[in-house]
Order: sequence, then C-alpha cells, then structure tokens
Amino acid sequence: MKEIPILQHPVAAAADQGISAPPTAGPSATKRLSRLKERFIEALLFLAAFSSVAITAGIVGTLLYESSSFFASVSLKEFLTGTLWTPLFASPRFGIMPLVAGTLVTTGVALVVALPIGTVVAIYLSEFAPASVREIIKPALELLSAVPTVVYGYFALQFMSPLLQKLLPGLPTFNMLSAGVVMGIMIIPYVSSLSEDAMRAVPMSLREGAYAMGANRIITALKVVYPAALSGIVASYILAISRAIGETMIVAIAAGMQPNLTFDPREPAATITAFIVQVSLGDLPHGSVGYQSIFAAGVTLFIMTLIFNILGYILRKRFREVY
Amino acid sequence: MSDFKRIIAKRKRQDFVFNVVGIVCTLVGILTLGALLADLLMDGLTRLNWTFLTSFPSRFAERAGILSSWVGTLLIMVVTAFAAVPLGVAAGIYLEEYARKNWLTNIIEINIANLAGVPSIIYGLMALGLLVYQFRLGQSVLTGGLTLAFLILPIVIVATREALRTIPQGIREAAYALGSTKWQVVRHHLLPYSLGGTMTGIIIALSRAIGETAPLITIGALTFIAFLPPPPFESQPPFVSFDWLWSPFSVLPIQMFNWVSRPDQDFVVNAAGAGLVLIVVTLALNAVAILIRYRVRKRIKW
Repeated sequence: MKEIPILQHPVAAAADQGISAPPTAGPSATKRLSRLKERFIEALLFLAAFSSVAITAGIVGTLLYESSSFFASVSLKEFLTGTLWTPLFASPRFGIMPLVAGTLVTTGVALVVALPIGTVVAIYLSEFAPASVREIIKPALELLSAVPTVVYGYFALQFMSPLLQKLLPGLPTFNMLSAGVVMGIMIIPYVSSLSEDAMRAVPMSLREGAYAMGANRIITALKVVYPAALSGIVASYILAISRAIGETMIVAIAAGMQPNLTFDPREPAATITAFIVQVSLGDLPHGSVGYQSIFAAGVTLFIMTLIFNILGYILRKRFREVY
Repeated sequence: MSDFKRIIAKRKRQDFVFNVVGIVCTLVGILTLGALLADLLMDGLTRLNWTFLTSFPSRFAERAGILSSWVGTLLIMVVTAFAAVPLGVAAGIYLEEYARKNWLTNIIEINIANLAGVPSIIYGLMALGLLVYQFRLGQSVLTGGLTLAFLILPIVIVATREALRTIPQGIREAAYALGSTKWQVVRHHLLPYSLGGTMTGIIIALSRAIGETAPLITIGALTFIAFLPPPPFESQPPFVSFDWLWSPFSVLPIQMFNWVSRPDQDFVVNAAGAGLVLIVVTLALNAVAILIRYRVRKRIKW
C-alpha cells in the first residue's frame, strides 16, 4: 500500500503538463500540433526499428555484391567440391571443403562438451537446486559467456593445449581439440540458461502428476519435464551450434591457420572464420583475390548459421505457444 | 513391504547420484572460469604496472605497453554507445509500445532475432564492404564504433523491450485516463520506470563490445600503432574536435591477439597482462549490471 503515493505523483505531474497548455491558443490548433508531434515521434521510432532491417539488407547485399566477382571466376562446383583451399598461392585453388571440415570438427568437439554438460546443469538448476543456489550459480555461469573470446583463445593455447598434451602424447601445440573443448565450455551457459527457462515454463501440475504416480525427481525430470520442454531445449542446442560455427578468435588462436582437410580433432586446421581473420591481418587491397575470397568464405558461413538461426527461431516460437 | 522400501531407497539413491552429477557439471564451468583467471593472474600480474599502461607497443617485449590500444578501446566504445543506445532504445519502444501486429512488425521481429545470431565476423565483412569502401569512412574509429554498434543493437533492443514489458498495463491506463498522449506516457512513465532494466542491458552489451576482436580485425584495425588519435578537446575555440573519429586505431583484444600469436614467450606474458586488463574491465561491467538488476528488482514492487 505504501507505493501508491509514489506512483500517483508522476501521473499527476504528467496530467499537469497536459493541462498547462496555454489556453490562449485555440484548442483545435494545440490539438493538431500535438497530434503532428505524436505522428512525427512515431515515425522516428519506426525508423529506428526499421534500421535493423536495413542492417540485414546491408549484410546480405554486401556479401552477395562482393562475392559475385569471386563466383564469376570460380565455378560453384569447384568451390563446393574442391579439396584444396589455397587462394593466395601462385596457382590458387578454391575448394571450400577444408575450411568447412575445420569448422565442423571444432563445432563438433564443442557440442560434445557443451550439450551434455549444459543439459545436466539445466536439469540440476531447474529441478534439483534450491532457489538460493540457483540465484548464485546462474549469474556466475553467465559470466562464462561474458569473458572476451580472445582471452579464451589464450586459455586454449596456453592452458588447455599443454594439459591435453599430457593426456594425449604427440598432440601438436595447435590443434582443433583444445580449441573445441574451450569453445564448448564457453557455450555451456547458452545451453543451460535457455534450457532451464524452457523447463521452468513446464506447468507444476505435470510434475505433481508424476510424483503422484510414485516417480522420483530424476525420473520426473527425464521422462516428463524434459520431453515437455523439448522444443525449447532443442532451440538452445541450435543456438549453441550456430554460436560455435561463427566463433572466431578461439579457433584463430588455438586451432592453427593452415587449411587442412581432416576430420581428426587432434590435428591443426583452419576454420572458415580463422581464414577470414588470417587474410584480414595482411594487406588487403579492395578487389584483390584475397579480398574476394574472404567474402566467398563469409557467404558460406552466413548461410550455415542462417539455417540454424531460422530453425531455432521457429522452435522457440513454438515452445512459447505451448503453455 | 521390504520390496517397497527397497524401491524407495533405490529411487532416493538415483536422485542423490544425479544431484552429485549436477553439482559436478555446474562446477566444470565455474572451475574453468577460476582456472582461466588464475592462469592470467600468474602469467600477467608481473607485467601489470604503470609503465605497461602508459607505453606504446614495441618490438621489445619488456618495453611494450597497451597505451594506444586502451585509448582505442575507449574511443570505439564512445562511438558505439552513442550510436547503439538511442537507436536500440527507440527501436525497443516502437516494437513494444507502438507497433501494430502486422506483417511489417513480424518481419522486423524475425529480423532482429536473426541478427542476434549472425556471427560477429560477418558484421566485420559487412562494415569492410559497406562502411570502409562504399561509404569511404576508412579504417577509422568511426567505422569500428559503428560496426560494434550494429553488432550490439539486437541486445539493446531486446533488453529495452523486456524492461518495458515488466511495467504493468495499469500505469499506462492511468496516464491515458488523465489525458496523456502516447509519447507523454512513454516519456514520463515508461522510460523512467524501465531505466534500470534498460541500463543493465546496455552495460552488458557494451561489455560484449569491448571484448569483440574479429569484426575489428576484418575492417582493418591496426595491430601495431605507436601514436594516439588527436585529442577530442583543444585549447583554442571551438574547443572540441572530432578528428579522432577519422584516426586509425587498435583495441585491447587485438593487441592481445597480436602478442599471443608470437612464439616469443615474453610477448605471451604481455598478452596475459593485456588479457588481465580486459577481463577485469568486462567482469566489472557485468558486476555493475548484476548489481543494478538486483537493486531494481528489490526496489520496484508493482
């Protein structure tokens, strides 16, 4: 009840402003002016909202425009099926396969780490942990995704790689495994946070039904809550995949810079993102082969993440509508 | 009866086992964060002193510092904040308070959700093709700041919308009942009441922008720069100068990346020092954001 005077005050203040318009001007003129002002403000706000569409148009347009000259000289078939990526060599070859392989392997390693751990954390936080623990753990875990990725890259190269070398003798300093593991730890909060939200949105009555049938917490969590929240959980998995595909600095620092067509995570290999960084570091004249090739790589990356983003968006929409 | 007890004991044991597994998995994340901080502290703390903060990069590891890169980071953040905050808040207000449910709004919403998932390096490519070469803004502080502003725009929009959504409908209705126009409702009520939530989102977005490396490398930020941009304030009229917007720049994460990829161990120590500065700043910003969120939640009870 104490809040009421506090809330009433600003309302009254606003009303004062509305009434305090000078009575000398005709009411219709004031009204028209104020209506015009309202229209103008709404138009401005709309433009701000629409600017996001302009940014997307800018991204798609630039990628298509800048890579069009690339695809004019390199056939789509060579680009998609070629097994050598040497755009800066004297006799350049433009097969994107090695870069895609590097991206898939690092993403795969990251998912092997992030999906199981993230899911267990989500189940633990949503179904097991007391509220006080959850209040502390959740923001602490979210700090994991706040750490700059370049710092994770340092960590992967200087800490994770030597650690893994002790377990797997013969592991080179630069390898996709340590980059992928660190990347996986980084995306744990993406999985756990969104999955937990989805599981907590499951109505209590479903759990109570399971308990009444004699189920314990873990059975309830796995057989009732998890399936009920599945579309939200899968959306979080997809977000994690898209995040891992687009991750740049960790792989650029720790996974090596050489395009290498391999599916062995112990080897070094460049990803699509690492290639773009490597070429950008050098001198990059507008319209040169290197310049064109990073846009071709960028288009590939954009399409890969776009597919997952759209899929995730549809699933998220659906899980919101269920309950 | 003993059967019954055995089943209950088994179920309880299952719950206990999962409880332990859950705690262990949660600790993986927390412990990694701890190991990362400890690793940086052990490698970088020796390097962290006043000279390190006030020296330009150098060919000699022990003389190299981060002056030009932290100044660059600061200037970029100013541009990013000035571009992303008004744009993002305005867009959030439009979508939450003004937008009708129609196909155009739908497109904008899908579009923002998609933008949030676009890899940061793609923003860098867009800025390279569009801002650097089409609009001829050059590889400047202005380009870098705008690039990061585009990148964090979806975060600011979503934070603004969520903050607005927590305000009860009754507040709006009360203001309308007293004759407020829509903008007066927004200006006098919704904006002040949602300030805490919006600020939290803005700070988190900026802390993300500080750590971004890839898009700035793509637009051609320098990795070695031994001068500062021209100062924004001058002794003669008109006292302010915007020449720094056009200056080339480096930022902290790029400096760190440059040092960490050198084989020389002395430079790796420098990288740890730069990383320490970077992580302290981002964690501090996040702590401030969490604090604001906590206080707002405690103070406002509708």
